[in-house]
Amino acid sequence: MNNFWIYLTVMAVVTYLTRMVPLVLVKRKIKNRFICSFLYYIPYAVLSVMTIPAIFYAVENRAAAVVGFLVALVMAYFEKGLVVVASLACASVLISEIVFNLI
Amino acid sequence: MEENRFTKGVVDGIPICLGYLSVAFAFGIFAVGSGLSALETLLISMTNVTSAGQLAAVPIITAGGSFIELAVAQLIINIRYSLMSVSLSQKLGKSVGMLDRFIISFVNTDEVFAVASGQKKKVGKRYLYGLILTPYIGWSIGTLLGGIAGNVLPKIVISSLGVAIYAMFVAIVVPRVKEDKATGKCVILAIILSCIFYYMPILKSIPSGFVIIICAVLASAVFAYFAPVPMEVEEDE
Repeated sequence: MNNFWIYLTVMAVVTYLTRMVPLVLVKRKIKNRFICSFLYYIPYAVLSVMTIPAIFYAVENRAAAVVGFLVALVMAYFEKGLVVVASLACASVLISEIVFNLI
Repeated sequence: MEENRFTKGVVDGIPICLGYLSVAFAFGIFAVGSGLSALETLLISMTNVTSAGQLAAVPIITAGGSFIELAVAQLIINIRYSLMSVSLSQKLGKSVGMLDRFIISFVNTDEVFAVASGQKKKVGKRYLYGLILTPYIGWSIGTLLGGIAGNVLPKIVISSLGVAIYAMFVAIVVPRVKEDKATGKCVILAIILSCIFYYMPILKSIPSGFVIIICAVLASAVFAYFAPVPMEVEEDE
């Protein structure tokens, strides 16, 4: 992948600029309510778009992926923390894959 | 007065470090499973230090997407850091010089920002260097272990570990949705848009990086307009 170094540079530079420029330049708070609200929603919107429907195709067995998603949803609802939610989701997918393969 | 103890920073960074080990491990598995080498995966983590941005970048890179697509995707996904950096700039003590700002901003992640913001006093450079050190090590080592594991573990195990990073995203989004209905509606709109772009003819040929941008910006802009947040809220981030 010859282009890898260009991809790496592009993403590293852009990511760094989003953090560096405001910290170096901006000395006062953003007052615009629309911009603040937009920035408030953006992380959750991004994570949701990245997760659905992609999570259903992250595993070869579609049904096992659905099981993993539901387990993650329930565990997240009870606020079990990132590591616990992820571990249980993976374990449930592994078990489902084995079970579905036997059926 | 400012909090400027290096060791305090290192210790405060340990919980972040432990969390990053697992998130980065999941990223390592995902990236190697997508076709990147373990070394490439490690380099991405060490130069970016951002989970969502890195995850979005992998399919763009492996699909041979355009550099513009990659740059715009990173800009949109990571623009939230700008708000955090603005907020953090208000919190810096006098010991933090210009050069320090250039270095510290490199690892101003959501969690580092959250911990720095939670300090009662202003934060000094020694404290901040300690605070970014442990998470950075955790992020790098976790990625390396995940990248190696992705090459070693049996296929069925790798396949099931593929949901780990998405499950973590679910674990971040759901608790917030529980406590804030507007975020919940915004998330639902974003998901509907995401599915439309994924399944509709013509629309589904749009590269994944752009889909993330379009859907997330649209959903966030709609709710920023119709359900603006109270002005203090942005600091809880």
